[in-house]
Formats: sequence, C-alpha cells, structure tokens
Amino acid sequence: MYKIVKKRELNPTVTLMEVDAPFVARKAEPGQFIILRVDEEGERIPLTVADFDRKKGTVTIIFQIVGGTTERLNHLNEGDFIQDFVGPLGEPSHTEGLKKVAVVGGGVGCAIAYPVAKKLHEQGAQVHSVVGFRNKDLVILEEEFSAVSDVFKMMTDDGSYGEKGLVTDALKALIEAGNEYDEVIAIGPVVMMKFVSLLTKQYGIKTVVSMNPIMIDGTGMCGCCRLTVAGKTRFACVDGPDFDGHEVDYDEILKRASTYKEFEAKEREKACNLFKKEVR
Amino acid sequence: MPNMSLKKNPMPAQEPDVRNKNFYEVTFGYTAETAIDEAKRCLNCKNKPCMGGCPVRIHIPEFIQKVAEGEFEEAYHIIQQTSSLPAVCGRVCPQETQCEQKCVRGIKGEPVAIGRLERFVADWHNANSCDLPVKAEPNGHKAAVIGSGPAGLTCAGDLAKRGYDVTVFEALHLAGGVLVYGIPEFRLPKAIVQKEIDNLKALGVKIETNMVIGRVLSIDELMDEYGFETVFIGSGAGLPRFMNIPGENLKSVYSANEFLTRVNLMKAYKEDSRTPVLHAKKVCVVGGGNVAMDAARSAKRLGAEEVTIVYRRSRAELPARAEEVEHAEEEGIVFKFLTNPTAIVEGENGMVAGMTCVEMELGEPDASGRRRPVVKEGSEFNIECDAVIMALGTSPNPLIKNTTKGLETQKWGGIIADEHGQTSREGVFAGGDAVTGAATVILAMGAGKAAAEAMDEYVKNKAAR
Repeated sequence: MYKIVKKRELNPTVTLMEVDAPFVARKAEPGQFIILRVDEEGERIPLTVADFDRKKGTVTIIFQIVGGTTERLNHLNEGDFIQDFVGPLGEPSHTEGLKKVAVVGGGVGCAIAYPVAKKLHEQGAQVHSVVGFRNKDLVILEEEFSAVSDVFKMMTDDGSYGEKGLVTDALKALIEAGNEYDEVIAIGPVVMMKFVSLLTKQYGIKTVVSMNPIMIDGTGMCGCCRLTVAGKTRFACVDGPDFDGHEVDYDEILKRASTYKEFEAKEREKACNLFKKEVR
Repeated sequence: MPNMSLKKNPMPAQEPDVRNKNFYEVTFGYTAETAIDEAKRCLNCKNKPCMGGCPVRIHIPEFIQKVAEGEFEEAYHIIQQTSSLPAVCGRVCPQETQCEQKCVRGIKGEPVAIGRLERFVADWHNANSCDLPVKAEPNGHKAAVIGSGPAGLTCAGDLAKRGYDVTVFEALHLAGGVLVYGIPEFRLPKAIVQKEIDNLKALGVKIETNMVIGRVLSIDELMDEYGFETVFIGSGAGLPRFMNIPGENLKSVYSANEFLTRVNLMKAYKEDSRTPVLHAKKVCVVGGGNVAMDAARSAKRLGAEEVTIVYRRSRAELPARAEEVEHAEEEGIVFKFLTNPTAIVEGENGMVAGMTCVEMELGEPDASGRRRPVVKEGSEFNIECDAVIMALGTSPNPLIKNTTKGLETQKWGGIIADEHGQTSREGVFAGGDAVTGAATVILAMGAGKAAAEAMDEYVKNKAAR
C-alpha cells in the first residue's frame, strides 16, 4: 500500500498527487512511468512520473479525470492509500549532450514534459518551451515550466490566455525566427504530437515524442502497448515510451486507443454514480 | 488386495456444453472412496519407475500407500517433503509424459492416476487440515528469488525448509506467475494457487510484489547493498512473439499473454470487472500449445459462437497436452490444421474482419526433428473472424539480462545455466523458462528445486572458507 502524502487540484479535471513510494523514487528519471491500481478490484493504469524526491521517497503523479479509474483515484485524499504502485518503468528520456531544445507540451501532457524540461535546464541546456491548452481554466504548471525555460510560450485554442493558436504555430514562429534546435521534444495528445512531427520534418529537426498507448503490465509481457515505429512493431512500455516522432504510425495509435471506448464510458458513469450516492 | 482394474477411476467433470459457458473448474476431483480405490491399483513396485519420471521426485508409491490406507494427511506430508505445490502439479502436470508414463500398470491398461491422487491429497489437506507447516530453524543466511512463478516458488520453499531467510521479488501485484496470469481459472482455480502461496508464507517465505528487478533494483544491488548471499532468477519467458504479418496491430488482435492476463489476472471474465476485454463472436487462435488451448477455451467462455484454432502443422505435432486438446474439442473448439495466416484483414473502425491463410503440407524434418510445413501454392483462403489471438510462444524478457553485468545468455535471450542452475555469475542461479524458454510448470519446479540444493551448497561452502 502506498500513502498519498499530498493532493492538489491543478484545474477542475487535473489533479496532482505526491505518493510515498521510496523504491520508485530512488531510481525514477524523467520520461519514465509507473503503473497503479487504486484498490483490490482496480485495473492497472500507466501514469508518467511528473516529479520525484529521492530524499523524501515520494513520487509525484499528475492525472486527468477521464474515466472510471481516474475518477476513483481522484476520490482518494491525503492520508489514503493506493493499492499498488509499481515503477519506474520504461526507458528514461535521453537528455545527454543536448544544448538547445524546444519542449512542446499539450494539455495534461505538460505534466510529462515538465520534468524533462527541468532536467535539461539543470544540465545547462537552453530550453524553449511551448505549452498549449484548450482554454485558460485548463492551464497547469505555468510557473514551474516557465522557471526552467529560457523562452516560454503559452498558447490557448480560444485565446483566453497567452496567445491564441496551436503549439505548432508558436513552434513554427520560433524556428522561422532562426532558432536552431538539437531536438524537439513533444508530449501531449497524439494528434498534437503528429502535427508537431509533421512540422519539424519539414525543417529536418530531430523530434522525440512520448507515447501513451493502452497498457496492462507495463513490463513487456503482453504487447498491448505495441505500436509501429519505422515499420517495426515496438512495445511502448519497454522500448519507449519515447520514440522518434518522424517514424511513428500515429493513425494506428489513434485507432488502437479507441479499443475499449464503450466500456470506458460505462465505467466512468458507474464510478460517478458511486460517488454521487456517497455524497447523499 | 490390489485393485486389478485396467482402467483409471474416471474423473468427474462438468458437462462440455455447460462448462464452456462458465469459468468454474472443469473437473471435480476424486472423492475419498474413489481415491482409496484408485490408490489400491498401485503395486508398490520395488524399483519405483514412476519416481524417475517426476522432475521433483515425489515418493509416489509411499504416498499412494497412505492414500490406500485412508491416511490422507500422512500422504500429504510425504508429498510435501519434495514438492511445494502439489495442488497445482496434480492439476497441470503432463503426467502422461512423466510419472504415469513410467508406471508399470500402464504396460497393460492405464497407469495409476498419480496426478489425480496427488491433487486429491493436496485438496484434502487444504480443506481439512489446520496444521501450519513447521518453520525450519533459521540458518542465518539470506537468499533472494526473482519471480514468483513455479520455479521461484519451489526454490523459495526449498530454501525456507533449509532455514534460509528468503525474499521473493515479483513484478506484478499478485504472486504466482503463469499460475495466476496464464492458466485459466477453469483449469486451475486461483484460490488454490493462493492457498499454496499461503503455505509457503507460513514456512517463512517473504513475498514483495510490485518489484520489477532490473528497474527498481538490480541483482548487484540485491547482493551488494541488501545482503542477499545468493540469488535465484526465475523470471520466466514472458515476452510474446508476433508473426509480423500485415494487420497484426489491428484493435482486436491480442497476444495470448494479453488476452489471458486480462481474463485471469484482472478477472475480466467477471461482469463487474474494471478491466475490459473484447467479447468477440468469431475468434481465431493461432498456435497449437497449451496456451493456445487456454486462450481458445477462454474465448468460448466469454461468449464466442465460433472459436477456431489455426495451426501450421498437423494434429500429430500439436504441442498441447492430449487432455487439453480433447477438452477443447468437447467444448466445441474447431481445429484447422496445416494452415498458416499471412495477413489479418481490417474491417470497420480498425477492428478485425477476417484472416487470410494459406494451406501447408509437411516437408522434410527441420532442426527440431519435426517435419517442416511448406506452403501449398495457390491455396490462399479467408477465414471470417472479428478477433485474433496470437499464441506463438514467448521468449525471456531482456530486462534482467540487460541490467546484470557478466550474466551470459543465449542468442535468443535464455540465461545460460548448468543443470544445477549455476549461471556465469558467482552466487547467481537461474531456472525454469528463463533458462529453457517456454516449457512446463513441473520442469520449472524441478529446476527451482535443483537450484535450491546448489544454492545451499554454495552458501555453505562459502561460509566454510
């Protein structure tokens, strides 16, 4: 059992939790993830390590409430326990030797992009960050992100905060302005990563994306998280989650992600009803 | 008076058309009366050939004599001296190629039903005895076991019986390895696995779940920082193979490992499960081993109208146990032999609409001695289905290999170890599928047992130096 030592709502649908998990905290690196089960009956879901404190032995996760399990997780409070919490899993992001990097984060993907930006900043790299949200209410980690960035661009779809437009607009402007990046790191919705990759391909800039397919065990034993990269089948949980953005088959990923859509909608409703009853 | 019947006492079972709609255990097991009666078929041979067929060398005639006398608890203690998981082995061992194959009664008629008797004794003990196993006197040495499958659990049990302070590290949230995620409830009820694991815990074995060795801790750290003097690697062969044919990444294509993990470990067969699984109507399972049988029979129980096993060789080469193949056929599973898929056809919305196959014929024997299947020209045809399960075998996960300095492995990933489990690293032993590639539960247990003995010797020799 793993104790929740801190809980903070970042926006109405995104929550941060700091979890007591000393073994995970000892080894975790940016880009890696954990798998958790909320309770005895729970499913296993993957969440990226958003931060860690090796001394305190805690790991921070940030999740968006999108279905039954995240709904149930969000219902837990400080002092409560998570049944299972295993990690760190996956390969850490490669940051060595990078001097100038554009980090692009979309929505809750910013929670994953932030530790990478932070590590790059700590290594002395020049970090240009572009973050995008649908609107002002959904903005997360603005302060944290801008603190580790040399250039920081905030974009919203509706222009309610920062600049109006997509992350690709801002990234294009930065490239056109003459910035030469060793690498672009894009983390967010699959569609966003696809369009960032299409853009950077035109300029020949190496681009790394972080994949978030459906997972079960997260240790390489089932292939549920498989995807096609450069024409070859790879397992995101052990070969990734980071891959070359120019080689990933995004359309296949989008299809696979929708496999259990109907089931998930029902699960979410079930979880919501459960908590409504408890409130009464 | 020995019972000279040429046939085994039959095993009562659920009717095929009833059981193929539920996940309850297929067979019910012997009653005390049928067990005593069957036990009397044993001639108590002097040279005990049956024992030579058992990888953990259970004292078979001895325990069977106790059953014949109605002394079930004593029979259990005899089995327990050499086997840590009798309720499991009595159920899943291929006795026809092991102990029972060597049984003298099998020369003329059927062999003694050793497996069924073992199962009866273990179930009787688990239901009727409150005796906790006696913990061994601690010997002051620490041993680590990586993986809680049959190899690891056996090794841990044997080390605990020798007085070791044993910790088992398991990557998943439940101990048991393939016994909990692979073999379905209807062949091996999970409550029975849990009971066997509880028995091991009562012996003093500690089990740490959610510990992925190679990520959370390395073998070097276990030995250098945590004081484990010897380590056993029983991490199995869990990496699924795919065919690399077009359409293999469509939505309703599963590896057998994924399908079975969802169904067994995550209990997706239950109505209220929070882990989803697709309930397909027409399912094709590719492969011919026990895993293929388990996947096919599970798919049927999830409500599939038609389940077809597609195998590229002929019936004679099926690697699955004869009993599992018979059970599958009784339950309505269709077999298509000498058939090999070449592509999976995409239907609506990224789902499977069918599978393109070719007919095969058997040519010259290959390196494994089996006749190599070759494609019949122009034989392409289509099977309509809405889901495909790939049960093509598995290979060892490279995580431990990649994170352990000086641990030598085969080209295909298997850890190199001698018959005592000794690897290229001092103090590090390995056994089971991690060494051999996907094999059987009982072979893994035999390897765990041999390694425990060698580990004990290693630690004692080191202490004496």
